[in-house]
Amino acid sequence: MGALSETETAAPKREVARLSVSTWRRIGLGLALALALVVPFWASGYHTFQLTLVTVYAIALMGLNLLTGYNGQISLGHGAFYAIGAYVTAVLVHKAGVPYWATVPVAGLVCLGTGFLFGLPALRLEGLYLALATFALALVTPQILKFKNFGSWTGGVQGILMDKPDAPWGLPLDSDQWLYFLCLALALPLFWAARNMVASRSGRAMVAIRDHPIAAASMGVNTALTKSLTFGVSAFYTGIAGSLGGIVVGFVAPDSFSILLSLSFLVGVVVGGLASIWGALFGALFIVFVPNYADQISDLLGERAKALPWAIYGLLLIAFMYLMPTGVVGLLRAVAARLVAAADTARSSRRVEP
Amino acid sequence: MTAFLHQIFSGLASGGIYASVALALVLIYQATHLVNFAQGEMAMFATYIAWALVQAGLPYWPAFLITLGIAFTGGVVIERVIIRPFDKAPVLASVCVFIGLLSIFNSLAGFIFTYTIKTFPSPFAERAWYGTRFLSPHETGEIAVTLALLVLVYAFFRFTPLGLAMRAAAQNPASSRLVGIRVGWMLALGWGLAAAAGAVAGMMAAPIVYLEPNMMGGVLLYGFAGALLGGIDNPWGAVLGGFIVGVLENLAGGYVVGADLKLTAALVIIVGVLVIRPSGLFGRPIATRV
Repeated sequence: MGALSETETAAPKREVARLSVSTWRRIGLGLALALALVVPFWASGYHTFQLTLVTVYAIALMGLNLLTGYNGQISLGHGAFYAIGAYVTAVLVHKAGVPYWATVPVAGLVCLGTGFLFGLPALRLEGLYLALATFALALVTPQILKFKNFGSWTGGVQGILMDKPDAPWGLPLDSDQWLYFLCLALALPLFWAARNMVASRSGRAMVAIRDHPIAAASMGVNTALTKSLTFGVSAFYTGIAGSLGGIVVGFVAPDSFSILLSLSFLVGVVVGGLASIWGALFGALFIVFVPNYADQISDLLGERAKALPWAIYGLLLIAFMYLMPTGVVGLLRAVAARLVAAADTARSSRRVEP
Repeated sequence: MTAFLHQIFSGLASGGIYASVALALVLIYQATHLVNFAQGEMAMFATYIAWALVQAGLPYWPAFLITLGIAFTGGVVIERVIIRPFDKAPVLASVCVFIGLLSIFNSLAGFIFTYTIKTFPSPFAERAWYGTRFLSPHETGEIAVTLALLVLVYAFFRFTPLGLAMRAAAQNPASSRLVGIRVGWMLALGWGLAAAAGAVAGMMAAPIVYLEPNMMGGVLLYGFAGALLGGIDNPWGAVLGGFIVGVLENLAGGYVVGADLKLTAALVIIVGVLVIRPSGLFGRPIATRV
């Protein structure tokens, strides 16, 4: 009991307006979840589709964030794992008649294996060299998917069309709403698992390797195994996202998985905030909605501005990085720290006055 | 045998272009330890400027020189205005800024000059004494320009006070500042030189690959690969790496897997080499104090 009160006085209370920061976080989380559950009932079909994509990309970004944010291995090629996930689903549904929901875990496991195997040679590569290797992976994937000898499986340049699934068990949902809830129902446990993993022993090992590999090794962390496993798990998340993405869009083709997809994943992770669970969500919102807004802005500029959306996107991206170089979560953390500090000074001055 | 030699020589020709891009990447890397992913698009944009100048009636070589000047100024301005605020930001934030620049240049080029493919003039005659059975005059000239560029860059860094100051600023910014070198301007100068070198690469590539906003996409990757293969801290290695990548790509496409998978094969080989020699063929392994 004595020890407890000691720690209470020693550590400054992280409180704002009489509620601790973690309570505020829980309130925010609850509100966001409640919002996520009701939004598809008043949003239009297209907006629901966009939000489904946000959920899908959030899973993919979570995967990349585990690798790049927590483990410090840069990947410019996660679009490749996304593509593999999507193609596993499409080929299984289209060629083998497997029900779509059963293909999601298969896609995840295939990517887990591929990612782990790719992680093995990547152990030798660091920084820029890893960036090149993964960049190459992203560039090569569409070429392999287009390759004519695999055409009977992958559909070549045309890709594969899939039917949009309807809600099962007579649920009163249209197909957009059903897919939204399906993706949300998968995203929540995946996020929860990622949070727990990061907070666990293996998560600390990942972070230790990022911060100081030699120190981590001398503390008994098996750096090689941890790094390749992280690669595998990261690919697992992104593969599941790819599989869901394929189902949601109903169409896979080599050109949807160009290098731009991989680059926008990296952008999403950095914009959201490296090494944070919620960063993935903010990043996904950015990569889905900002190109859309850029489109609308360039529409306002008139007919000639057809080619401009990406220039506006680039400007917005640079402005974003300028305003928050550590991402949305970095900004939120800084704001929270300010508020806590302000609340602390207010409290201590109140204590002095009487 | 003739076919084989032909493959090698046309590999050298495209390798020359990769080598100049690699050189541009090395110039920025040496100063800032960042790889500028927008290098290819900057080069493409400079090439469009050259095209516009030639269209306006200027002869080739004056247009070439004016473009170099514009590219240099553009590089300096980009460094001072856009890159400078990020010198304390995390590396990945800078990478995102490069991605932003890439999409800005690509989209602006499409906006200003449209996406229709344009032909770009070559400064070298159709038929000339330096054209051989294996290399067209343009290809020979382009390789010569690349090598001249390398020699110029080498001489600049090795023999001029400004080059020395730039090397000092890159190696030890704090001490350089103490002896009076304006480190910030040296970085801007590095960007300007890199942009000019990239512009050379673009103008040499355009007669071969034709001018369009996406022309440098693949070239940038090969340049990157060449720079890393040769060792990114070493201009000679980077140029040699560029040539090696060009030849490898052509041989793989011609004899091993066919044109469809030529990119794939070249990249697999490059990554394979890097796995065995992680600091490149001619790079020095970096030792860090624990």
